[in-house]
Amino acid sequence: MTQQEDPTPFESWDRPRQAWLLSGDCRGVRQRTLLLEMTTRALFPTVLVFSLYLLLVGHYGPGGGFAAGLVAGLAFVLRYIAGGSEDLGAVVRIRPPVLVGTGLAVALLVAVVPLAFGLPVLSSAKWALDVPLLGTIAVQTSLFLDVGVYLLIIGVVIDLLRSLGSGIERDMREEGEQA
Amino acid sequence: MLALVVAHLAIAVLLPLVSARSTRAAFLVAALPPAAAFGWALTQIGHALDGGVASTTAWAPALGLELSFRLDALALAMIVLVSGVGAVIIVYCAGYFERRAEEAPRSAALLLAFAGAMLGLVLADDLFTLYVFWELTSVTSFLLVGQSGEGRASRRAAVQALLVTVFGGLAMLLGFVLLGEAAGTYRISEILADPPAGGLVPLALVLILLGAFTKSAQLPFHPWLPAAMVAPTPVSAYLHAASMVKAGVYLVARLSPGFADLAVWWVPCVVFGAATMLLGGWRALHETDLKRLLAFGTVSQLGFLMALMGAGGRTAALAGVTMLLAHGLFKAPLFLVVGTVDRSAGTRDVRKLSGLRKVLPGTAITAALAAASMAGIPPLLGFVGKEAAFAAFLDDGRWPVALALLAGSVLTVAYTARFLWGAFASKPGVEPSTVRAPGLLLTVPSWVCALAGLALGIGYPLVEAIGEGYVGPGGYHLALWHGLGLPLLFSAVALAGGLLLHRFRAVLRPLGAGPFDAQRGYEGVIAGIGRAAVVVTGRLQLGSLPFYLGAILVTVIVLPGTAALLAGGWPTDQPLFHVIMQVPLGLAVIVAALAVVKARRRFTAVLLVGVIGYGVGGLFIVDGAPDLALAQFLVETLSLVVFVFVLRRLPANFTEESPRRRVIVPKAVVAALGGITVAGIGVLLSAARSGPAAASAQFFELAPSGAGADNVISAIIVDFRALDTVGEIGVLFIAAAGVASLVLATRHDRRSKTGQGTPEHEEEVRG
Repeated sequence: MTQQEDPTPFESWDRPRQAWLLSGDCRGVRQRTLLLEMTTRALFPTVLVFSLYLLLVGHYGPGGGFAAGLVAGLAFVLRYIAGGSEDLGAVVRIRPPVLVGTGLAVALLVAVVPLAFGLPVLSSAKWALDVPLLGTIAVQTSLFLDVGVYLLIIGVVIDLLRSLGSGIERDMREEGEQA
Repeated sequence: MLALVVAHLAIAVLLPLVSARSTRAAFLVAALPPAAAFGWALTQIGHALDGGVASTTAWAPALGLELSFRLDALALAMIVLVSGVGAVIIVYCAGYFERRAEEAPRSAALLLAFAGAMLGLVLADDLFTLYVFWELTSVTSFLLVGQSGEGRASRRAAVQALLVTVFGGLAMLLGFVLLGEAAGTYRISEILADPPAGGLVPLALVLILLGAFTKSAQLPFHPWLPAAMVAPTPVSAYLHAASMVKAGVYLVARLSPGFADLAVWWVPCVVFGAATMLLGGWRALHETDLKRLLAFGTVSQLGFLMALMGAGGRTAALAGVTMLLAHGLFKAPLFLVVGTVDRSAGTRDVRKLSGLRKVLPGTAITAALAAASMAGIPPLLGFVGKEAAFAAFLDDGRWPVALALLAGSVLTVAYTARFLWGAFASKPGVEPSTVRAPGLLLTVPSWVCALAGLALGIGYPLVEAIGEGYVGPGGYHLALWHGLGLPLLFSAVALAGGLLLHRFRAVLRPLGAGPFDAQRGYEGVIAGIGRAAVVVTGRLQLGSLPFYLGAILVTVIVLPGTAALLAGGWPTDQPLFHVIMQVPLGLAVIVAALAVVKARRRFTAVLLVGVIGYGVGGLFIVDGAPDLALAQFLVETLSLVVFVFVLRRLPANFTEESPRRRVIVPKAVVAALGGITVAGIGVLLSAARSGPAAASAQFFELAPSGAGADNVISAIIVDFRALDTVGEIGVLFIAAAGVASLVLATRHDRRSKTGQGTPEHEEEVRG
C-alpha cells in the first residue's frame, strides 16, 4: 500500500489561510498569549466592519472619518500585540506612508473637484439613488472627504506600529545581541 | 498681452523637448517669442505713443486681483531692449554655447522664461502684477547665475544676487501696498493720474526706491552685479546689462511722473544715482577682467539713468529714455564682443590679451562703434542722450548734479578707452594672442545692436517720438547739433578729460580701487545674521525638555494669564456642578492627576494619565457630546498603547535617586501656576460670551439642508469647516512622517559616523 503524500503536513491542517485571521506563527513561546490570539481572530474583522459602519454613519450620529480611522487603527494595534510585527507585515501589504499619502490625496482631490463644476473649493452635493428593494439611498459627497481622513488615520496608526512598535522591538533585539 | 507673456513661459516649458535634439535649434526657437513680441510692439507703435493700449484679465476677482497690462511709450522703449535686444542675444547664444554644453538646455529655457517675465514686468499696469514678474526675474536670474550649482563662485554670486534683490523686492511690496491703499487703487495708470500725498506715502516711496535701488545695483547694493558676472557672457549681456538691471530704473521712470516733485523721491534718486555713477566708473578703471570692467561700467551707467529718471523735469526724463535705449544698444554688443573675444582667444584678461585689433578687425570695429556711443561721441545715440542730460541739469540750475554727471562722464570715457585698449590694443611686452576665427553667430548679433545705436543716433527723431510719448510734447528737443553751448562744452570736456585720464592711468594706480568695499559690507551682514542665529538658537534650544516646557508654561502664565486677570470677569452664576455625575468623574480626574505627580514608575504614571483622559471623556458624555467622547476614548486608548511601546525602551523608574529640592520647587511652582492659569482662564472664558451663540444656531439650522447631515458635528467637520479638516490631516501627515524619521532614520545615524544611511535603511524609512 503506497501511502499518498499529503501536501499539507499534519500539524498545519487547521492553519488559517485567510489574511484576516492570525497566521498563528509562533513568535517565541514566552511571549505568546493564546487567549489574546483567539480573541483577535474573532475581533479583527468585526472591528474593521464596525469602523466602516462608523465611517458611514458619521453623517447621522456619532462617528465620522476620524473616529472610524482610529477604530480601524486600533484593530491593527490589537493584531500587532497579539501576533507581532511579522503577522502585521503579512496582513498589511501596502506601505503605511503610501496609505497616509493616499488619504491626503483623496481629501485634496475631494477639495478641488468642485472647481471643475464651477463651485467653490470643498463644496458638497447630495447624490440620491433609487435602488430596488432598498428604497432611496442618498450620499453626501463630503463622505469622500471622510474616506480620505479614514485612510490617512489608518496609515498614521500603522506607521506608528512600524516605527514605535517593530522599530523599537528590533532595536531592543539588536542591543540584546550586542550586550 | 497676457497671451504673449504666457506664450513665452509655455514655450520655455516645452523647450527641453527641442534641446534634447539640438541645443542650437533650441536657442533659435527660444528667440522666436521675444522676436514676435518685438514685432507686435512695433505694429502697435501708433497706439502706444497715442495714449497706450491696455488689457486686463481678472485673476482672483474675489480678492480684487487682476493681471493688468498696458503698452505705452515707456513700455515700448523697454520692449526694444527686452524683446528686441533679447532676441538678438538669444540667437548669439546659439553660437556661444558649445554644441554639447551641459548648461545650454537649461540656459535656453531659463533665458526664454526670463524674457517672458521681463516682458510682463514692463507691460504691467498693476502694482501686484508688476511685483509678481519682478520677483520672477529675480528667480530666473538666480538660476541663470547659479548655473548647475556646482561651482562655489556661481553659487555664492547667485545667492548674493537673490538675497539683495529679493530683500529690496519685499521692501518694495510693502511700499506698493502702502501706496495702493493710500491711492485706493493698485492700477498704476490710475495712481499716476491722481497721485496720493501725505500720510504714509513718503514711507511707501522710500520702500519702493529701496526695491528699485537693489534691483538696479545702486550704491551700496551694487556688489551683486559684478559678482553675477560668473554667469555665461550672453546671460550677463541680457540680464545684467540690457534688461533686468534696468527694471529698477524703469520702475522709477514709471512712477516719476506722479512723484518726482517730492524731495523724498528725487533727492535719493539723484544723490545715490550720481554717487553710483562715480563709484562704478572709478572701480571700472581698476578692473583687469573685461567682463567685470563692463559690469562696473553698467553700475555706473545705471546710476546715471537713475539720476536722470528720478530727477524730475521733462528734459531729464527725455534724456533718461534716450540713455535707456542707448545703454541697452551699446552695452549688450560690448558684452557680446567680450564673449566673442573670450571664445576666440580663450581669455578676457586685459593683461593677457594683445594685438586682437589686427586678427579680429570686424569685432574690433563693432566694439569701437558701441564704445563710441558709450563715451558719447557723435553721431551715436549715446551722444544725443548725454547732451540732453547735461542740458537738463544746466537749464534748471542744478549745477552740482551737472558737475557730478560731468565727472562721471569723464570716468566713462576713461574706462571706455581702457576697455578698447585692454581688449584690442597691441601691448608691449605681451605676446600677441592666438585666436580662433569666430563664426557668424558670434559676430552678427553684436553688429545688429551696435548699428542700431548708430541708426537711432542719426535717426534721433524716432527716439524723440518715443520719448515725447512718455514726457509729453514741447520744450527741449533731441538733436545732434544744438549750437555751441554749455552741453557741448561738457561733452568735449568729458571726452578730453577721459582720454587724458586713460593716458595717465599709471598715476591713478597707487590710489587703489577705493577706501570702502561694499562687498565686504555685504559679507559682514550675512555673517552677522548667521552669528546672531547661532546665538539665539544656542540660548533657546538647550536640549532640555523641562526647560522647553517651563518656557511654554511661563509664557502662558505671563501673557494670557495677565490679560485674563485684567480683562476677565468671574462668572456670577457659576454652580459647583450641573449634573451629579460630574462629581465622581471630576474627583477621579483630580485624584489621578495628584497621583501622577507622586508616581515613581513610568508605567504607573502612564496608566494614571490614561485615567485622567477617560475621566475627561466621561465628562463629555455627561455633558452630551458623544462625538467628542468617542474621539477622546479612541485617542486615549491609542496613546496608551503608544506610550507602552515606548516604555519598553525606557527605564522603569523616572529617576534613580530622588531629585534635589532646589530643582523640584521651581518646577512645582511653575507647573501649579500653569495649571491654575489654564483652569482659571477656562472659567473666565465661559463667562466671556455676551451675545447669543449665533454661529452655533446657524450650524444647527443649516446642517440638514446645507450639508445633508443630521449630525451637526459631522457637518462642521466635513462641510462648514472642511478646510480646517484638510489642514489638520495635513498636520497629521507631517507628524507621521516626523515620527517615522525620528525613530527609524536616527537609528543608523547614531551608529555610523558619516550619518549616511544604507540602502536597506532607506528602504526601511520608506516603509
